[in-house]
Amino acid sequence: MKEIVVISGKGGTGKTSITASFSVLGGKDLIVADCDVDAADMHLLLEPDFSSDEDFYSGELAEIDQAGCIQCGKCAEVCRFDAIPVVDGTYVVDPLSCEGCGYCARVCPENVITNHVNLVGNLYISNIKTGTKMVHAKLGIGNENSGKLVAQVKNEAKSLAEKENKDAILVDGSPGVGCPVVSSLSGATFVVLVTEPTVSGLHDLIRVHELVKKFKIKSGCIINKADINPDQVGKIKEFLEKEDIILVTEIPYDENFTKAMTLGKTIVEHDDKLGGLIKEAWKNIVKLA
Amino acid sequence: MKIAIASGKGGTGKTTLSTNLAALLAEKEQVVLVDLDVEEPNSGLFISGELKHTEKKYKMIPEWDPTHCNLCGICQEVCNFNAVLKMGKNIMVFPELCHGCYACSELCPKNSLPMKEREMGELKAFKKGNLSFVESKLVIGEEQAVPLIKQTIDYVDSNFSEDTIKLYDSPPGTSCPVIEATKHTDFVILITETTPFGFHDLKLAVETIRELGKDFGVVINRYGIGDDSVETYCREEGIPVIGRIPNDRAVAEIYSKGELLYPRLPFIKKELEKIAAHVADIRKELSV
Repeated sequence: MKEIVVISGKGGTGKTSITASFSVLGGKDLIVADCDVDAADMHLLLEPDFSSDEDFYSGELAEIDQAGCIQCGKCAEVCRFDAIPVVDGTYVVDPLSCEGCGYCARVCPENVITNHVNLVGNLYISNIKTGTKMVHAKLGIGNENSGKLVAQVKNEAKSLAEKENKDAILVDGSPGVGCPVVSSLSGATFVVLVTEPTVSGLHDLIRVHELVKKFKIKSGCIINKADINPDQVGKIKEFLEKEDIILVTEIPYDENFTKAMTLGKTIVEHDDKLGGLIKEAWKNIVKLA
Repeated sequence: MKIAIASGKGGTGKTTLSTNLAALLAEKEQVVLVDLDVEEPNSGLFISGELKHTEKKYKMIPEWDPTHCNLCGICQEVCNFNAVLKMGKNIMVFPELCHGCYACSELCPKNSLPMKEREMGELKAFKKGNLSFVESKLVIGEEQAVPLIKQTIDYVDSNFSEDTIKLYDSPPGTSCPVIEATKHTDFVILITETTPFGFHDLKLAVETIRELGKDFGVVINRYGIGDDSVETYCREEGIPVIGRIPNDRAVAEIYSKGELLYPRLPFIKKELEKIAAHVADIRKELSV
């Protein structure tokens, strides 16, 4: 099974708009996964029905039973995350800082600290307007287990694709180079890098490609907003050539992307010219993956 | 005073606002701009200055010393992250999974897992006139941004005076890295754009910042594109809109070259001055 993952390093390059377009083009042959769980947006264009909703638990959080606490402070002493401050004279757990390592509970002489599983978000399986299913999620505020939630979204998508005999899964990946994007990339058969010809676009492309290289995955690049800076496009192409990355297509800067989005549509449903470029790109990607 | 510039969605203009606002404020006062988007730091592409300081940043992880180890397995038992495993007659440590809690190291009866430094990134500090700039970059392959963000904030706290304005260019999203970058600040500026994606992610960011109990205001970027949903939402929620940066292709073009906007675009300077005035008011109110 093919696993096509779209990432960008830098935000705002058009990654999600392009991925949603690919979903429309791939239609029923795909299962779609939104792994940008931190700020998931693809549902705004694909009309999911949220038909299945499941709580997602991951990691642990410490809790102090105040009734039995003797205020010895041993817990705070061993905590490396400053997660047990003294508030109004008592030791309390700050859930936003607690990493759930459980060290405090192990040293508490009164055994009044317990770890309980942490609800980190919700996982959804939806029917979407392209006639297939999308796996997506909403991460709870300030949660740190987004990597695990990303992995779960992908695993669900994979097993759905197997069950329903689909050719491929299409993944909207996470930004950055850290834990969520590492989870997005693992298992991918082809990576689409969406970039823009800005100094920051290139800078972030270089960093995220370094990560992709570690996974030894084939990749292709889409240069979005390609006409805002021809010099920078030249530099990106140089880099692609040097690193053996396929240039999939170049898309001009066009406010129709935003207009389509405002109508809740993908660009392929709204603009034939831009839509044509993306169609061509998708055909190539399917061949390459 | 500490101000974080954040957004839910990436690419809405955090770095643009951070760099331009920092440079403008530095025309009159001491400012330090800190790039806390350690996964993909970009502010440094727009700010020039003399390199003043470089240091490697480390996180602490355990390393097995078999000399006195009796293979009791307590280390494996106490690790909640599956980062320490007993395999046959060996103890294996998986550094990417380790959170650096020290439990295995300190609870080991034979002191067989001493904590060792592992490089996770590099911090650089620059200065030009009133404007200082600090950035940290995460080593590719390191998965956890939070420890590096924490150490970068600590560096700034101990190297800059109280009356220096501190601007934090924050990572995108709503999870742990952005919490770390914003939780010790006096004021948060959320930057968004008036598109459905921008609006959706703004609401998430507002939830996050409210959870932290922070005072905040919104700057609307690419103003004029999309619809008026952001403006209506802010009015209904009683959130101050402290700046509106017009949608203009020239902005995208100047940004693409890595240049500051306000020296060339007067309408940008005017908006930045409004934002700066709002910041000055809050500073007076808080007397920080």
